[in-house]
Amino acid sequence: MTIYETEQEIIDEFSLFGDDWEMKYEHLIDIGKSLPLIDPQYKTDDRLIKGCQSKVWLHSELKDGNLLFRADSDAIITKGIVGLMVRVLSGHTPAEIMGAKLEFIDQIGLKEHLSPTRANGLVSMIKQMKLDALAYSVKN
Amino acid sequence: MESQAIHTATLDLSKIREDFPILLRKVGGKTLVYLDNGATSQKPKPVIDALVHYYDFQNSNIHRGIHKLSQEITIAYEKARETVQKHLNAAKAEEIIFTKGTTDSICLIANSFSKTFIKPGDEILITEMEHHSNILPWQMYCEENGVSLVVVPVTPEGELNLQDVKSLLGPKTKLFAFTHVSNTLGTINPAKELIALAHAKNIPVLIDGAQAIPHMKVDVQDLDADFYCFSAHKTFGPTGVGILYGKEKWLNAMPPYQVGGGTIKTVSFKKTVYAEVPLKFEAGTPHIEGGIGLAVALDYMNAIGLDHIAAYEQELLAYATKKLSAIDGLRIIGTAKEKAAVLSFVIEGLHPMDIGTLLDQQGIAVRTGHHCTQPLMDYYGVPGTVRASFAFYNTFEEVDKLVDALYKAIKMLT
Ligand SMILES: Cc1ncc(COP(=O)(O)O)c(C=O)c1O
Repeated sequence: MTIYETEQEIIDEFSLFGDDWEMKYEHLIDIGKSLPLIDPQYKTDDRLIKGCQSKVWLHSELKDGNLLFRADSDAIITKGIVGLMVRVLSGHTPAEIMGAKLEFIDQIGLKEHLSPTRANGLVSMIKQMKLDALAYSVKN
Repeated sequence: MESQAIHTATLDLSKIREDFPILLRKVGGKTLVYLDNGATSQKPKPVIDALVHYYDFQNSNIHRGIHKLSQEITIAYEKARETVQKHLNAAKAEEIIFTKGTTDSICLIANSFSKTFIKPGDEILITEMEHHSNILPWQMYCEENGVSLVVVPVTPEGELNLQDVKSLLGPKTKLFAFTHVSNTLGTINPAKELIALAHAKNIPVLIDGAQAIPHMKVDVQDLDADFYCFSAHKTFGPTGVGILYGKEKWLNAMPPYQVGGGTIKTVSFKKTVYAEVPLKFEAGTPHIEGGIGLAVALDYMNAIGLDHIAAYEQELLAYATKKLSAIDGLRIIGTAKEKAAVLSFVIEGLHPMDIGTLLDQQGIAVRTGHHCTQPLMDYYGVPGTVRASFAFYNTFEEVDKLVDALYKAIKMLT
């Protein structure tokens, strides 16, 4: 599936909830809870993306030309959104990741979580994902 | 309803709430429950009207024109200064300096008082419960000038131990700066006693009153405070303006901090003679309508009655404390005997930010995080707290809504 297709899949999933904030957030929380925990060895300070309030850890590695992400957060809603990002971006080539627009977050009504003032580290995480992609594309 | 039972203080809440247009706002389809007053308070109609009236009718610069508008607004601005003077019971209007806010007031002292009265090797005493605004100006000053910053620890309840204060006020201490009310814990520090301890050793005291002025009567002469700061925006006035009260004897001996238009008697390239207080500390065109709006806000509070406000808020706090304490796994951070209407808490196993996000979805505005008091968070070993901070326009029903919303958030998160 392309990045765009996964985004569409998530938009479809969330469209079931309509305006029901409770169902939407319960879904996010479920994703957060089911996200495989990042291996503690990668939960180091140099992989820590510090939001002012919640912390996000990101680990990336290149396998067969595709970049694999694993991530974690100490806040469960943040972790749910992190989970969506990983689902969309992980397993694609650095070039694809750098080009991803990630408009789905806006379309599923979670844009406020990506505001730079939100202090949850998500904006920085996306930046870091793209930076990692850039770094790997330069290396290869 | 249970909430009515202990509600005995006399405030006409429905009338008061009508004065705050923003309280009618809907957030996500629900009527806003605004419990972030510690960050900033809402403004009553008279304050909003005063700002509009200023631009509709009065706008002009102060202290410089001979024309009618300028004279009128100068008089209004100076009258606002007198309103603040009376509100704090300062001895003279000249002891009231308009600043940009609490932070600006503290920076003024850290940059000016220090030049005359502090030298390398001296100490400045603060406390562990200070807002960053009452830490960083001192930390930066101390680092640059070879002065030591000494910190009074807090007790687990979130109080200061007077014995600790006494022993840390030493021969080298040149200033004791502490918060009147903690923005994170709600603790009301015994300001008068603390000042007396410092004065017994001839040490002047600066009080950060940002969180006290919205909740209680403050009398700077009774306290015998040397400096007292607060922000208009936290006490129902406009943003961008605040107050530094200082005893005249200190202000007269202090050099100007920022200089420019308005601060002088005469200027030449060889020698400039600065104006008297307060003008020597008020460089440039000030926040004129802000000062006037602040006076209207203080008048508004006084019309309700500061004692009534304090009594009502104490009942609100007691009610909220009781209801929140009944929630499983909830721990209140800050359990001092004397508290203002500020409630910080954490819930076992849940991240404060998740709780805040789910409260926000239910129309309830609280603050989460470290509240600009990171050293305190370290002390309590939490990444942050959820903080509900109340004002006199908050109701018992709003406390009920907070509690219901919390139960829902907990259920969703666990
Ligand atoms: C205790 C305390 N001191 C200082 C400040 C800083 O106030 P301002 O941002 O208005 O300068 C605050 C505001 O949060 C506060 O709560």
